[in-house]
Amino acid sequence: MPQTPMVDHPDHEAGGSTSAATPLLSVRGLKTYFKLDEGTVKAVDGVSFDLFAGRTLGIVGESGCGKSISARSILRIVDRPGKIEGGEILLQQEGDNENAIDLLQLPHEGPELRAIRGKEIALVFQEPMASFSHYYTIGNQIMEAILLHSATSDDAARARAIELLGMVGVPNPERRVDEYPFQLSGGLRQRVMMAMALACDPRILIADEPTTALDVTTQAQVLNLLQRIQKERGLSVILITHDMGVVAEMADDVVVMYLGRAVEKGPVDEIFHDPKHPYTQALLRSIPSIMAKPRTKLATIEGSIPHPFARPSGCPFHPRCPDAIKGLCDVKEPPTHALRPDRAVSCFLYGDAS
Amino acid sequence: MTLLEVKGLKKYFPIRKGLLRKVVGHVKAVDDVSFTVKRGETLALVGESGCGKTTVSRCIMRALDPSAGEVNFTLDGQTTDLATLGGKGLKPFRRHLQMVFQDPFSSLNPRMMVGDLIGEPLLINGMSDPAERRKRVRELLDVVQLPVEYMNRFPHAFSGGQRQRIGIARALALNPSLIVADEPVSALDVSVQAQIINLLLDLQDQLGLTYLFVAHDLSVVKHVSDRVAVMYVGQLVEIASTEDLFHRPKHPYTEALLSAVPKPDPRAKTERIILQREVADAANPPPGCAFHPRCAHATDLCRQQRPALVDLGNGHQVRCHHAHVLDLKGVGATV
Repeated sequence: MPQTPMVDHPDHEAGGSTSAATPLLSVRGLKTYFKLDEGTVKAVDGVSFDLFAGRTLGIVGESGCGKSISARSILRIVDRPGKIEGGEILLQQEGDNENAIDLLQLPHEGPELRAIRGKEIALVFQEPMASFSHYYTIGNQIMEAILLHSATSDDAARARAIELLGMVGVPNPERRVDEYPFQLSGGLRQRVMMAMALACDPRILIADEPTTALDVTTQAQVLNLLQRIQKERGLSVILITHDMGVVAEMADDVVVMYLGRAVEKGPVDEIFHDPKHPYTQALLRSIPSIMAKPRTKLATIEGSIPHPFARPSGCPFHPRCPDAIKGLCDVKEPPTHALRPDRAVSCFLYGDAS
Repeated sequence: MTLLEVKGLKKYFPIRKGLLRKVVGHVKAVDDVSFTVKRGETLALVGESGCGKTTVSRCIMRALDPSAGEVNFTLDGQTTDLATLGGKGLKPFRRHLQMVFQDPFSSLNPRMMVGDLIGEPLLINGMSDPAERRKRVRELLDVVQLPVEYMNRFPHAFSGGQRQRIGIARALALNPSLIVADEPVSALDVSVQAQIINLLLDLQDQLGLTYLFVAHDLSVVKHVSDRVAVMYVGQLVEIASTEDLFHRPKHPYTEALLSAVPKPDPRAKTERIILQREVADAANPPPGCAFHPRCAHATDLCRQQRPALVDLGNGHQVRCHHAHVLDLKGVGATV
């Protein structure tokens, strides 16, 4: 099914494009499917979004919505049997606003793609313990990334690793550099993970649930660090999370996903104060709030997230949607309506929105 | 009326080293914790990982043996100290204390059908007639708002939220007086989490249940509890009514905890208090107040002397030398 792009392609705009108008990374119509014996799971099914330089794009959604698979698809590190079936991932070349390379066209394990992973686009995972090797010191693991992407000596790389650890707020970096991941607390591990991601001065940082495994006070430390680093280095960040609170505090732009679809997209303030899609509206109502009166019930969304094999026909949200139109929402997939260049919603309720 | 009184509860885990496994120290997971739970109320036990909140709940359930202290449980006007009882003595009390677990995926036996899972506690407690059992299981499924047909299905057929309902039905089977819910909604998605929170509130109103709600998510706690107890490194640092604790916190740790919760509103301009350093080690807690190395208000007194839990009136207890002079911010202070 053809997918309406969520934003007018900036290339169509007249005149010289500024950095604000040209997305640094543009994902269009991305499809990542998992072909299993039981059937095909459309984990990501035609998702489009843009990341602009120096901004934070929040991708939110509940489990199974495809937010993590979208991120992994960008770096082409989707585990088998997952396969990218279609779409474009356009990365703007450094110092060249006219030509973008499509990461999906690069050879799968070729040197071009390897030069981008870690160097141009770095990734921070949710589980810092699972993403480190247990057998090497954290210093060695940071140095590995540096030595892989630049021609420096071991000593210089080690000095750089210590500098990076200091920058992310690891106390006594000269001593800590020789420690193993298991000797560190969860918060420290996430800081080291961040140091490792920043080792090659990437332009884009993808953070996949970076604080989900952490306690609130540690989460506050790590989010603060992320904000500071972004400001200092002008990093562009894709922040993937299920926590609406984290999105509200961190993101400039937001994509809301449900069952492999981007259902709504827009600036953070509008997503929270003028949500358009019934799913976004319901999701926001159902969040427990620290401001609530004690012992108050929450608004709920009927039913539960469908099993990936039992994906509903038509709009994936229609069985749970209070505004579903019989004979339409359960039959046809809603197109994506661009309300503005930076605002889009995928719902029949907005068919004729100007 | 008090249903549960925990008094001076301690749980120390020995640290063993060397060939002879000599005890070289103790992890003071729970160090002198006291609180009461009234019949029909919800007391939330909150704190960050490793603070001892789960250990407290396990000592109450006697899944762990307390190192010291009393767990006084009042049943039909008679108070018994569960901490002193052994296996046989505990048995008549077990049915009155039930637990709802965090992970609905690992807490249900995958080889048992839902009807058997919910009926198992009934069978163990002497309801041997299968027809009678099925009738009760049907009632219970109805209470947790699951279709009766689900009785003959296996847990794998259900989503996380449905499994948590099964877990709740199982806990309710024997009409317990106290339900200890250890992070019952933290493994669920937001949209499902709201359903379970509402169900727990409804059940409490219908059945007059008493909850000890162990959780780390303060937003969830705000929605379910009447009173809140905050733990830090094995000790209670503050306990108060939900309203007082969230809006008028008296302990600097509570204040920091509240400020760290991300608010789901981009317009909310609250100052986040960033605590420096890490949580103290329960095996080697700092002298004086355990929170002093991270506290912005710490004085020499805090570094030397351990503060006691004092009542500021209205049941608001706090463990801080300077509680009466500090001006701390609660949530909504900016509104």
